[in-house]
Amino acid sequence: MNLSDYTVTRTSPAARAAAALGAIVLIALIAAPWWAGRADMRLMSELFLYLALASLWNLMAGYAGLVSVGQQAYVGFGGYMLFALTIFGGLHPIAAIVVAGLLGALIAIPAAVLIFRLRGAYFAIGTWVVAEVFRLSFAQVSALGGGSGSSLPVGIVKSLASGRSARESLSYWLALGSAVLVIAAVYLFLRSRRGLALTAIRDNELAAGSLGIDIWRTKFAVYVVTAALTSLAGALIFLQKLRISPDAAFSVNDWTAFVIFIVVIGGIGTIEGPIIGTLIFFLLRETLADLGTIYLMVLGVVAIVVMLKAPKGVWGLIRARFDLQLFPLGYRVVRHISKKDT
Amino acid sequence: MEWLNALVQGTLLGGLYALFAAGLSLIFGVMRLVNIAHGDLIVLAAYLGLTVTSAIGLHPVVAMVLVVPAMAMIGYALQRGLLNQTLGDDLLPPLLVTFGLSVILQNGLLEVYSADPQKLSAPVLETASLPLGPITVGVLPVLTFAIAVAVIWGLQWTFYKTALGRAFRAVSDNQDIAQLMGLNKRHIFGLAMALALAVTAVAGILLGLRTSFDPASGGGRLIFGFEAVIIGGLGNLWGTLAGGVILGVAQTIGAKIDPGWQVLSGHIAFLVILAIRPQGLFPRMSG
Amino acid sequence: MPEPILQMTGLNAHYGDFQALYGVDMHVGGGEVLAIIGANGAGKTTLMRSITGLITNGPGQIQFKGRDIGGLRGDQVAETGLAMVPEGRQLFASLTVEENLLIGAQTGRKGPWSLGAVFKLFPILKERRAVPSTALSGGQQQMVAIGRALMSNPELILFDEISLGLAPIIIKDIYDALPGIIGDGMSAIIVEQDISKALSVSSRVYCLQEGRVSLEGASDTVPREDISRAYFGIE
Repeated sequence: MNLSDYTVTRTSPAARAAAALGAIVLIALIAAPWWAGRADMRLMSELFLYLALASLWNLMAGYAGLVSVGQQAYVGFGGYMLFALTIFGGLHPIAAIVVAGLLGALIAIPAAVLIFRLRGAYFAIGTWVVAEVFRLSFAQVSALGGGSGSSLPVGIVKSLASGRSARESLSYWLALGSAVLVIAAVYLFLRSRRGLALTAIRDNELAAGSLGIDIWRTKFAVYVVTAALTSLAGALIFLQKLRISPDAAFSVNDWTAFVIFIVVIGGIGTIEGPIIGTLIFFLLRETLADLGTIYLMVLGVVAIVVMLKAPKGVWGLIRARFDLQLFPLGYRVVRHISKKDT
Repeated sequence: MEWLNALVQGTLLGGLYALFAAGLSLIFGVMRLVNIAHGDLIVLAAYLGLTVTSAIGLHPVVAMVLVVPAMAMIGYALQRGLLNQTLGDDLLPPLLVTFGLSVILQNGLLEVYSADPQKLSAPVLETASLPLGPITVGVLPVLTFAIAVAVIWGLQWTFYKTALGRAFRAVSDNQDIAQLMGLNKRHIFGLAMALALAVTAVAGILLGLRTSFDPASGGGRLIFGFEAVIIGGLGNLWGTLAGGVILGVAQTIGAKIDPGWQVLSGHIAFLVILAIRPQGLFPRMSG
Repeated sequence: MPEPILQMTGLNAHYGDFQALYGVDMHVGGGEVLAIIGANGAGKTTLMRSITGLITNGPGQIQFKGRDIGGLRGDQVAETGLAMVPEGRQLFASLTVEENLLIGAQTGRKGPWSLGAVFKLFPILKERRAVPSTALSGGQQQMVAIGRALMSNPELILFDEISLGLAPIIIKDIYDALPGIIGDGMSAIIVEQDISKALSVSSRVYCLQEGRVSLEGASDTVPREDISRAYFGIE
């Protein structure tokens, strides 16, 4: 064996093919307003927003070890900020979405300071308490409709863009953009020094601690950034819905249960997992949604079975068979066949 | 006088919250499991009480004779059949599996009982009241509080004075060595969950007598129980009762200021205590 | 030689992804005291975990009283009459001295050992029966760990590094007490890093090196240079 026969690389043929394919798919998706129907675009927008939420939850639970069952706090907060900033602040909806994200980060700081005092599973329930505090507080704000909620005034909706189809295209692009932004951010973060440190923590907290990686600060940063992007996604979700109420905005089922199922079924702790999970989730929903509550029970059972029997999810099964990594994070050792060998 | 009244009513309400919390605290103590479906199991017990009372015509309090063993059996089966497989060093499996269980339970209840709010009725018990100095207290809240004290005393006794409690503590301290002593940890965990759900059954029936409930009520009950545990301090059952009382008083005083503030002020009290005393008020005292 | 009570045949064991034992053959005769020595990482702890059922092994690899126990759980192995005094004592911290001993009787096996008999062997424990086990000195904790194992009235008892971390005078006391403990036809395995202590109380010795048996012999006749070779792997 000669060491010069080996190189360390991040990329692989599969990753390069995936990048090329991804670029083609992305271009096709950007062009959707010219080929897709109105209903399809609405469905795809919803899919992209779920993809964003799932990728964010996966970053927290799958990489930072922060299992939250309270991300609805930031979805609802973002939605309410969109309404408040446009109705009372007179902001343009797009500006309001960005500001909603920033405010999400701001409010996440004190929340994190409190709930980071809770360990492990108790942290999870702590995040739920935060979400409940948000829900009950917004239900007290009578200017935003109190417990029954309010609608986005027509004037504000119209200020988004002139003409219905232009508005629909814009809101579709915003949803697509948010999913791309989130996945790119997660990918770049995980490739960074801090991101690699996070993976090290997940794989061995003790070792990472002894290497001098500041675990607490990294986790804190992940929580706050995730809150910001989740608020942004929340603002977009309620820009699509045009109506907000405390129960819809802070629904644990809609914004956390489904998101968790997506990530678990797709494959937790991988970037690809949430993408596969979102596709499976929408496929199931579009075919089984008529079953109503039974559908939700089936989803719960599937998630439990996956967690116990295939804890790395569908993507984990694929990867175990084909050794694929579409978003190359880790380095791999590759042997090249040099001329001497042949 | 109104404030005194709120204080007393809140204290009595705290008994119910301590019952929500006791099961949660017990299983965390024995196997470090936090059961996200705990609140839904409380609601399940309330529905079982409803079925028993309407099918056989038993008084809800008497219905406990059937619901408590039924929930205990469900607990044992749940632990041996499902939850034991999730235990280990990894935090995710127990959390996500109990979360999935919560969704299954909620939708199962919705399927069987519909979304209509239900209540357990006990006409005499619900309206009876006692004069207590200058104020009047309901017999039901007093009974609830007395049951909470009795249950916590009973759990404490079981934990520190019986062979079962000794086995619980031994397994909690060191699973491997307990196994070497002939304790089958899967069985012990099953018994712990059975006991926890027996307590949950009592809590569920008392909840159903006090207020109406529906399949979605579980999340809120889990949170109240959790807050009582953290306020009281982990690993201390009497502390949990104190935590329940603090939560109950915060809620009734909040409601006194503005009815919409009841639940919110309970959460705020919890967050304040988390901020100033994150280990809880009475952490890990025994006896 | 008496009929073996414990027989290991081609025992392989893994510790996580790492194979720790490679085809170990060993036996313990009825009433025999066996010593197992070896350096850190030689596989002694894995061997103990395999025998006691904390690691499961393939069929036919471990037989106790003629019965295959390789696939049994720890609690099932305990019920067959096998007990261990674990390395580092590992008492139950939230239990009192007496409760620790009572947990040892969990299997319900009948025999000479009871709370009274353990208190007679270690009178200090009777005095301190109600205190938390964590409040005892290291030597007293070792007495509780030994008493706890005896409470199950085992036919084979494993002592894993019982002198580790104790003062020499305490070690001497404990080794002086051993013959009284092991009598009555009980078999024992003593795992030690202190070779001379292990040899002094045993009739036969095995040495483990990198997961394999590197030496087997009678404790009183095996040459010391053979032991150091088997122990350190130095030629």
